[in-house]
Amino acid sequence: MSIADTFETVVVNTDLLIVGGGMSACGATFEAAYWAAKNGLKVTVVDKAAMDRSGAVAMGLSAINQYIGYGKGKNSLEDYVKYVRQDLMGISREDLVYDIARHVDSTVHLFEKWGLPIWKDEKGEYVNEGRWQIMINGESYKVIVAEAAKNAMNEAGNKDWLYERVFIAEPLMDGGKCIGGVGFSVRENKFYVFLAKATIAAMGGAVHVFRPRSVGEGLGRAWYPPWNSGSTAYFTIKAGAEMTCQEVRFIPVRFKDGYGPVGAWFLLFKSRATNALGEEYMVTRAGELPKWAPYGMAKPIPANLRNWLGMEDIYAGKGPIYMQTAEAIANIAAKYKDDPKAFKKKMKELEAEAWEDFLDMTISQAILWAGMDIQPEEKPSEIAPAEPYFIGSHSGASGAWVCGAPDLMPAEYAKDWEKVGKYTNMTTVRGLFTCGDGSGASSHKFSSGSHAEGRVTGKSAINFIVAEKIAAPTLDAAAIAKYKEMMLAPMVLFEQFGPMSSDPDINPNFMKPKMFMFRLQKIMDEYVGGVGSQFTTNKQLLDRGLELLGLLKEDSAKLAASDLHELLRVWENTHRMWIAESHLRHVMFREESRWPGYYFRADFPDMDEANWKCFANSVYDAATNVWTMKKVPVVNIC
Amino acid sequence: MPSYVILEKCDGCKGQDKTACMYICPQDLMVLDKEKMKGFNRAPEMCWECYNCVKICPQQAIDVRGYADFVPMGASVVPLRGSQDIMWTVKFRSGQVKRFKFPIRTTAEGMAVPAGGFETGTDDLASPVLRTEPTSTGQATLPTLQK
Repeated sequence: MSIADTFETVVVNTDLLIVGGGMSACGATFEAAYWAAKNGLKVTVVDKAAMDRSGAVAMGLSAINQYIGYGKGKNSLEDYVKYVRQDLMGISREDLVYDIARHVDSTVHLFEKWGLPIWKDEKGEYVNEGRWQIMINGESYKVIVAEAAKNAMNEAGNKDWLYERVFIAEPLMDGGKCIGGVGFSVRENKFYVFLAKATIAAMGGAVHVFRPRSVGEGLGRAWYPPWNSGSTAYFTIKAGAEMTCQEVRFIPVRFKDGYGPVGAWFLLFKSRATNALGEEYMVTRAGELPKWAPYGMAKPIPANLRNWLGMEDIYAGKGPIYMQTAEAIANIAAKYKDDPKAFKKKMKELEAEAWEDFLDMTISQAILWAGMDIQPEEKPSEIAPAEPYFIGSHSGASGAWVCGAPDLMPAEYAKDWEKVGKYTNMTTVRGLFTCGDGSGASSHKFSSGSHAEGRVTGKSAINFIVAEKIAAPTLDAAAIAKYKEMMLAPMVLFEQFGPMSSDPDINPNFMKPKMFMFRLQKIMDEYVGGVGSQFTTNKQLLDRGLELLGLLKEDSAKLAASDLHELLRVWENTHRMWIAESHLRHVMFREESRWPGYYFRADFPDMDEANWKCFANSVYDAATNVWTMKKVPVVNIC
Repeated sequence: MPSYVILEKCDGCKGQDKTACMYICPQDLMVLDKEKMKGFNRAPEMCWECYNCVKICPQQAIDVRGYADFVPMGASVVPLRGSQDIMWTVKFRSGQVKRFKFPIRTTAEGMAVPAGGFETGTDDLASPVLRTEPTSTGQATLPTLQK
């Protein structure tokens, strides 16, 4: 008897399957619960963690970065579309951005009703940190949002709808349609098959694809959470969905090593960032910006170009880069020079705000500052660009190419869904939806917009099931057995060969997921423009990287797991490998440098508006093992 | 080393099926050693220092020691999370201590009302109007593009 035989097979039949438990999955759950109940449909949610604290907001957040305020005439939706267009160097799905923006205020208003403390001024209005950002006391942000999703499901009469600690590792396909997913429990020997009429893949973005700056104990201290393992991208790529902007990685500049937020220091304290010589690179290198016109010439300057100017200083040997905290505080003190009491009060208030910024969302940064005895009024603190991450939000853009809302989507895009059906946020694969970090080219959705997009997707998926009268899918016993064998192969491999070696990790017959991850990270860092290669690559490096990735991919069949936790890591790292290949192929395809500061093609050092002001999209065909790349024109909606 | 369990304080959640830290860890790191009846972090180098195990532990038996590969020794950051707010004690390497208290929610635990008092303005499944909209948007109708 093999270890695989000790696994019970559990088949769950449902109408809508939601995979993931973060902000967008909670939004989808909240919304789907309501519309499913009205139509007598069943919703099932599968989360690899505990929904209260899963996803990118698990630790909390100190601000909500997307709030339009259009109901009060503060900003228009068109303003937001133009802001995102500018920040992403012209490349965005403006219909998707508009759709998220028109729902995000509703989502934020709901958060407030659910119990999220949002800062208010004396007039009772939200306190803005920047034009689109509002301040919150967000330690329990995710707990509250998960609670509302759960309450929505429970009040709709759903029972046994939530599967926590179950990892979905593979999409289930039937003749080009998605019919659910398969996976396993990370707590008990159970293999799961979820059969669904529609599936929402909402498992977040990807971290640990590139080698991080810290590789010892601090390996896990990425800016984005290390449990985001590229599972959404894997799910959609393997299902055959068209992907977009997979070349767009995100690199935030944050306080060095702890990756604590810099927003409070830039926006509340009006702090400057300078090189070691005290030069403000946004001023001294401003002459570089016209090269990236029109985006370099407009405000706000895109995040990648701000990164780029700082990186140029670093490469010129002018590092470290500092956040000039002491200068900023001195400037505030100067304003209060005649009123020391008011200054003291102001400083106490600002100090609490600055520390809350860390404690609500990046506690490590608080430990780091305390460990280094940092008194921000005395000396500046180092900031640095992080390693690359893959997210569909923030100033990232990677993800699936999804259908826009019927009243917003330009005809040029709509044709892609003629055959499979036009349902908002459906991928090009019938029955497969995605949102949040899973949907591409709709950046700057952040936590609130991801929830709003999840809501859009939840309703749309229920609409799809009802309007298309989708029949309950089936899977025969032979197919189930095949998937079970595939899922559990790493444990069988370990069982078979583990006993021959003195070391459970060192064996000529297999490799463990941790070293597999390091091998992937080394390839990506050295060939695809990671932090160790100054984010720079070229065709020859990419060709070599692809060759090495090919060998890694072959070796992925030799991944072994000694327990359920390691089995989880095996599949997570397999997912990382696929998003890595997708990224590499996109970087190779786009023969220009459009987002310096995220990555730089040394062989195509300029932006090429004439040939590359377009989306780079790709489709992977599992039957032929062929990737097809194509250009898709950008359509402006306003 | 990211999070670690203070052995003297941990009671293994009194022999229950799963411990609080195992339940909550988003990264599947916390495990119960059933022989010793103590929890432990099985891969500290994969820890994000999200503090969810620290916050949830009923015995306050979990602490965090900053990542040794870049954090100088001697600091600690300790939360005490209640139902309405959280207290933080930040101890510096120098011995200096700072304390902060921040609210965490405005409603009672478990009591988030999904619709939040907003009416839903449509029964049409094909409409882009979501549950609680348009009232929850702050406008009478959901905006669309003039085509």
